[in-house]
Amino acid sequence: MSRYLMRRLGFLLLTLLLTSLVVFTITQWLPGDICRVILGREVGENALEACRQELGLNRPLPFQYLSWIGKLLTGDWGLAFSTRSLIFPLVMDRLGNSLMLALVTLVISVPLAVTLGSIAGLNENKPVDGTISVFSLAVVGLPEFVTGILLIQFFSFGLRQRGLPALPASSALPPDASFLEALPMLILPSLTAMLVLLAYIVRLTRAGVIEELKRPYVRTAVLKGLPRRTVILKHIMRNALLPTITVIAISFGWLISGLVVIENVFNYPGLGRLLVFAIDRRDLPLIQAVTMVTVLGFALANLAADLLYALLNPRIRFG
Amino acid sequence: MITPVLQIENLTVAYRRGGEWLEAVRDVSFHVHAGETFGVVGESGSGKTTLALAAMRYLGENGAVKAGRITLAGRDLLALSPVEMEPVWGKQIALVPQNPQSSLNPSMLIGEQLAEVLRHQFAMDAVEANRQALDWFERVHMPDPDRVANSYPHQVSAGMQQRVLIATALCTEPQLLILDEPTSNLDVTTQAVILDLVRELIRGRQTAVLYVTHNLGVVAQVCDRVGVLYAGEFVEQASTRELFSQPLHPYTQGLLASVPLLGETKEKIHLWAIPGQIPPLGKLPGGCVFRPRCGLAVQICETQPPLYVSGLKRVSRCHRWEEIQKGEVGDWRVPTVSKVSAPGEDERRRLVLNLDALHVDYPQRPSLKEMLRHRPARKVSAVRGVSLAIPQGRTVGLVGESGSGKTSLARAIMGLTISSAGSMELLEIPLPASLSQRDLATLRHLQMMFQNPEEALNPFLTVGETLRRPLIILLGKSRAEADREVADLLQAVRLPASYAARLPGQLSGGELQRIAIARAFASNPALLICDEPVSALDVSVQAAILNLLLELQAESGSSLLLISHDLAAVGYLADEIAVIYLGSLMEVAQATDLFQTPYHPYTEALLSAIPLIDPTAEQRPIRLAGDIPSPTETPTGCPFHTRCPRFLGEICQKETPPWREVKATSKRYYCHIPEDDLRAVQERLPVFGQPLTG
Repeated sequence: MSRYLMRRLGFLLLTLLLTSLVVFTITQWLPGDICRVILGREVGENALEACRQELGLNRPLPFQYLSWIGKLLTGDWGLAFSTRSLIFPLVMDRLGNSLMLALVTLVISVPLAVTLGSIAGLNENKPVDGTISVFSLAVVGLPEFVTGILLIQFFSFGLRQRGLPALPASSALPPDASFLEALPMLILPSLTAMLVLLAYIVRLTRAGVIEELKRPYVRTAVLKGLPRRTVILKHIMRNALLPTITVIAISFGWLISGLVVIENVFNYPGLGRLLVFAIDRRDLPLIQAVTMVTVLGFALANLAADLLYALLNPRIRFG
Repeated sequence: MITPVLQIENLTVAYRRGGEWLEAVRDVSFHVHAGETFGVVGESGSGKTTLALAAMRYLGENGAVKAGRITLAGRDLLALSPVEMEPVWGKQIALVPQNPQSSLNPSMLIGEQLAEVLRHQFAMDAVEANRQALDWFERVHMPDPDRVANSYPHQVSAGMQQRVLIATALCTEPQLLILDEPTSNLDVTTQAVILDLVRELIRGRQTAVLYVTHNLGVVAQVCDRVGVLYAGEFVEQASTRELFSQPLHPYTQGLLASVPLLGETKEKIHLWAIPGQIPPLGKLPGGCVFRPRCGLAVQICETQPPLYVSGLKRVSRCHRWEEIQKGEVGDWRVPTVSKVSAPGEDERRRLVLNLDALHVDYPQRPSLKEMLRHRPARKVSAVRGVSLAIPQGRTVGLVGESGSGKTSLARAIMGLTISSAGSMELLEIPLPASLSQRDLATLRHLQMMFQNPEEALNPFLTVGETLRRPLIILLGKSRAEADREVADLLQAVRLPASYAARLPGQLSGGELQRIAIARAFASNPALLICDEPVSALDVSVQAAILNLLLELQAESGSSLLLISHDLAAVGYLADEIAVIYLGSLMEVAQATDLFQTPYHPYTEALLSAIPLIDPTAEQRPIRLAGDIPSPTETPTGCPFHTRCPRFLGEICQKETPPWREVKATSKRYYCHIPEDDLRAVQERLPVFGQPLTG
């Protein structure tokens, strides 16, 4: 197991190294002079030169790369050009928000999706199965801005019009909101994200259950005289959910940084919106920082998926 | 009258396929008493597994009992609902399934898989259940029960997995035990140990046993009474002794005559091949189901025969059973002189293949620690110094259990795996180890056919395209010439020329293997390697394939290297036999000499492990301890010493044995024990080469 873990960690570091190189190179190749972006068009050549000197842009590229990596690792992420504020606390604040949203989404969607998928799989080709499959596929076909707005219409405006307690339509969190304060604002964006994930997890769980049901060990378990509930929960589910668990872990990466549309619909201050903002302003240091955090999130989610799989599947534990 | 434990009357079971009910088992009746073992023998598609599962009322969603009665100790099982079956399953009826590997839950500890039954069926607490589970593991002679209980299924061998399933089935002391091909995926030495175990455990337990298998030898050795199932019907039922000494149905006769007995050779006997194949579900012929394949079919066979009572407690579903009994028709197992002539021993033949001290190693990926300390790379030695010569036109058999390195050796000869040391010569010219260094002329002379024709033939190429390729690529023929020759090839393997347009998916297993043979012989190779050519096929089709191989070899003069775990088949087909264990040859002899004492102790164990197709044969049980060692940790000295029943002591552990030549025979063997000492302790094994009846 430790050997397996070491190998996976090695791969993780390699991934981060490669992406940092890519991110660094791309930002170097982008047209335009950073100092001109910072100082504006009207500035003189002397001021530009001073700026380049200050930012270290005249040094050879490997030096620039190493100093960037070093600062990245020590938490000295510098100032964002556009807001003139420190990048590190900004990104960390947004990361926290994104994690909150991702967590709530998973807590809502995983039990529901796994239950629906299992019911569908255990009743293969029966009406229940068809209903679940059609419903989850219909929902995934709708874009997030449509489902998001429909949810707002219904749970926010619709309920309020009838004088019922309603959920907030905007999820613009006040700074330093505690989790409990934020929770009502998280529900609608989470539901929207859930509708995207649902079909995927349902289909995968269903396929896993159907495949496991055909395996001879299930027959062995039934013919031992075990009650059907034990056969399903103890024997089938653990094996059937293996692929699903991997996908859930990987989707965590997407939830952290890929919810650009949902965050925009709900005005939610997450990493996705921050990235859009940074690109909009051509704020290179901010783009680099958000990208690296995103990559780290994806890599960690992947690692977690692999480790979970190894932990639950004894056949590869010693791989 | 004692009530039988299991009584099945006029049972018909059907499956629904595309809105249509297809009857897989029709009008089957039999009973099993306490303490009795009833065998159901049949080929694939005969309905034997359906019958076993129907007896447990476990048919799946699309299966249903259409007619008949199933009673368990007088209780009507068909009247029970699925929920009411739960207390019957496991407690009163237990199943030992085929494929032990996939029949255990891969992600659950082995101990728990047995303990959960004890907890559920006897309401035991966890501590008591775990303790009793260990007791049961000891009762099935599990080596190191503690360790096995805390392992996952993939961490133990197939033989140990099957012991787990046997213990799980027996731990509730069920009235009825159903064994569905429990040994068919095991090596012959493991099979022998498992069969011993089954016999030991059911003796004195008064369990009724339903034993389902395709293996006639297993039936002969284990069962008291037998029913022969063909295309869903019992064609014959009798006591094991009667059935094997005087079969009264042409199908039973055909089955017995189509299997070579241990020690029978191609010079002495011509195998009886049952023509055709088992009819698929839903395409049954009218009248007698066996009629299209039966040599005795006459007009009356177009009406369905009833079950004729053909003796005390025996029945036959053949209109002509009385004539068969009197010996008027159905001359089965007449030793016909085959066309194959014994090759002259003194004749100096050109060597088609010569292997000298061939090694095949698979390097293992080193761990980080090993890399840092510059340890030499570990490797798995699959083949360790094999020297073997194959003369022109002759057949050399290579016999070994799984993991013995026989397939690695074949792959090395073919160049699919690169041998790591030693030399090879093809037609007295050095043969490069790597496939990429061999020219077309070499490839042309070296062909191989594989165990599973369904996987070996490209499913998207028609038979014609498959057969054309070697002709065009290896022999440089034009497309038109090749097309003409495809027809000849098909004719040679007894298939109509129209088959050239078919795809592999439209052919049966036996037909596919014929295509594979035609493809292999297309380039007229000097050497054809056959890797388990018949073991994926049904018994009644095997003989036809073996006969075909013999015939084509006689015509083409090709040499064969026949790789198989089946000593009887190899003994029948081969001129010379090499026995391989853990990558080393143990014994090499002419086929006729191999079955004579003295044997190498491993050969002796192999021979005594084979269940003989004769219930009266007394076999000396020589059983091997443990499992074949992992190739990463090959034993020092003699590779066989860890399991050898004739282990001498230190010398076997420390020194590699010498090759000894047995006086006045062609036999040489690799052992520390001298010829005379072996002869003194070994007995000649019974019934070799002798037909069952007169």
